[in-house]
Amino acid sequence: MFRRPNLYTSYQAETQVLPTFTKKVIAIFAIVALFLMPFDVPIISGPTELPILRSIPLIGDGLPFFRFLGDAAWLRYMSDAMIVVVAALGLNILTGMAGQVSLGHAFFLGVGAYTGAFLGGHATDSVYGHGLPMWIWLPGAGVGAALVGIIVSPVAVRLRGLYLAIVTLGLVFLGIHMGNTDWGRKFAGDPSLGRSFPEMDLRVWKEETPLVSISEKGSWFGVEMSSNQKEFLFVAAVMLVFIFFAVNIKRTRTGRALQAIRDRDIAAEVMGVAEFKYKLVAFATSSFFAGVAGALYASHIGKMPAAQFNLILSIEFIAILLIGGAGTVAGTIMGSFFVILLPELVKDFSDWLSERAEGEGIVASVSEVILSGNQGDFGPISTATQTPNYPLNVFDLNLVLYGVLIIVFLIFEPLGLYGIWIKVRNYWKRWPFSY
Amino acid sequence: MSTLLEVENITLRFGGVTAINDVSFSVEDHELFAIIGPNGAGKTSIFNTISQVYRPQEGDIRFEGSSIMGTRPDHVAEMGIARTFQNIELFPQMTVIDNLLTGRHIRMKGSVFSGALWWGKAKREEMENRRKVEDIIDFLEIEQWRKYPVALLPYGIQKRVELGRALAMDPKILLLDEPVAGMNLEETEDMARFILDIKRELDIAMVMVEHDMGLVMDIADRVMVLDFGQRIALGTPDEVQKNPDVIAAYLGSEFA
Ligand SMILES: Nc1ncnc2c1ncn2[C@@H]1O[C@H](COP(=O)(O)OP(=O)(O)O)[C@@H](O)[C@H]1O
Ligand SMILES: [Mg+2]
Repeated sequence: MFRRPNLYTSYQAETQVLPTFTKKVIAIFAIVALFLMPFDVPIISGPTELPILRSIPLIGDGLPFFRFLGDAAWLRYMSDAMIVVVAALGLNILTGMAGQVSLGHAFFLGVGAYTGAFLGGHATDSVYGHGLPMWIWLPGAGVGAALVGIIVSPVAVRLRGLYLAIVTLGLVFLGIHMGNTDWGRKFAGDPSLGRSFPEMDLRVWKEETPLVSISEKGSWFGVEMSSNQKEFLFVAAVMLVFIFFAVNIKRTRTGRALQAIRDRDIAAEVMGVAEFKYKLVAFATSSFFAGVAGALYASHIGKMPAAQFNLILSIEFIAILLIGGAGTVAGTIMGSFFVILLPELVKDFSDWLSERAEGEGIVASVSEVILSGNQGDFGPISTATQTPNYPLNVFDLNLVLYGVLIIVFLIFEPLGLYGIWIKVRNYWKRWPFSY
Repeated sequence: MSTLLEVENITLRFGGVTAINDVSFSVEDHELFAIIGPNGAGKTSIFNTISQVYRPQEGDIRFEGSSIMGTRPDHVAEMGIARTFQNIELFPQMTVIDNLLTGRHIRMKGSVFSGALWWGKAKREEMENRRKVEDIIDFLEIEQWRKYPVALLPYGIQKRVELGRALAMDPKILLLDEPVAGMNLEETEDMARFILDIKRELDIAMVMVEHDMGLVMDIADRVMVLDFGQRIALGTPDEVQKNPDVIAAYLGSEFA
């Protein structure tokens, strides 16, 4: 609206995902940066050597925010977030695009995790596992979850709003219960310890040594890498593939049909959109994304009990859509990173503050006020992990932050982070006439 | 001329209210058939029974000779019956182009798989249909609005986009529910021109519900008058205008 009009010479050019040169450059830059992330980039990852920066109190010691490069804990958080992007893109198809609010997303992640474990995991006396290679268990996890999605959809497509939310909520409890039965334990393992999940290694079939090993450290193209770094790269590639799927679904026939049903269901039918069929498609597709993400997540975490696929996880996905901006792919991606990384940021930040509480100067005084350390003072945030109701520990603080953020976004920015981004973009497009 | 749509003795009741009472009419190929009548006469209900959103308790509706009773609305659309709505029912968050492309839904085949992969055929289908949509956009002179979400457009333009979405379905018959309601004179004239162009150039039969008597008398081939769910007259505009029952219903019986 506020720039020189771009001249499109064909529909082909116009329907591109990244129609402008600038957008292409930004996308390429982002992808390159993403794949560089697991490697140590000295300027950013540690305490800076530049004297000018060293003199600035916060930056000199290396900000917590920049520590994620290299093989650090942050690399794992980033991998978590990228797996969550895949799952959230699935929920975005069902809830964002088709308008069907589901609280059962965690259930479908669980179905994916245990389908993957059934196909690719190793059998023991107590659990099933067929030791199949990843090219079978990873898509298989998606297909398994999609099939379960199709099984429940005859009920689900006839419900909407609160009723659908409650029925899908039931799925989560049903899932956890099933994982606890004798039968379920053959899939899910011990209820408190869980079972081991297949590793992300490329094999042709069941041979001992993988073609390409991802879950073991080793060298790729002459670079020594840890399993964290390798898994990061693999997960990043999977995420990009699913972003590609999600963008394409949104801009083609199915995506339009889903949005039509969301906005005006009767008009959509009168236009020839088969409502039940497309709601089923939305359910199955969303479950497919969740299934793949669930299997990947389980493999990434290594060992987890079935009770992890619980209501809180489902709500986290709803929070991602609300905070990111439901219905948009870009918003879903932003929301996923935000919701997954925020707790780690908060934790890092309070650690960082508490390290400095003993010292002198402004940072120390600030942390005196905010933190309540072992000295028993009255700061609102505790550095201990287990505290009574007050002061809040960092986990409580994160829950409170989610709640507040959801309310803030619902009231002030229904389009979420995506909406904020659009506003910022338009601001700069009009700059310096930004009024 | 052959008969395209036949509505035979349909009766539609909502609890105690009889919205349509034993109404029959038929629409020929190429015809512009108008339905008029006071508010609450049952005009919109007739459209809803034709698109099978409502199921009449009695009577039969045939399209191209075969009954469509009990058919799902999306199948009715596929057969070639398209419509617009009295209160605009566009998809508000989608752009004009996407709204019209949704009209192309029934003429496309792409599945969620081919769409997700954006492979050759799916991509080609999107492009081809995009071209058809652009033709309609040219035809309705809404080029400048193509990329706006429809919720942001002025009312008159939204009405036009809705007509475009129905046209995008490649229908054999178009049902227009009050296409010029709430429009100013200029917008009304534009819309009348488009309706006549559709009739002449695209050769699509139309059923039009309208309150604007001037418009109906000017452009309709035949007119049916409804009152309290009943048909009180059917004929050419001239015949209907002279009908004493119609004059009574519209102006009160003392003028009859
Ligand atoms: N879904 C419905 N439920 C109950 N009554 C309805 C419904 N739709 C229409 N009616 C009733 O049917 C009658 C005809 O309505 P309608 O077809 O909308 O009239 P018109 O379009 O001629 O103004 C009205 O009395 C209206 O109240
Ligand atoms: Mg009406």
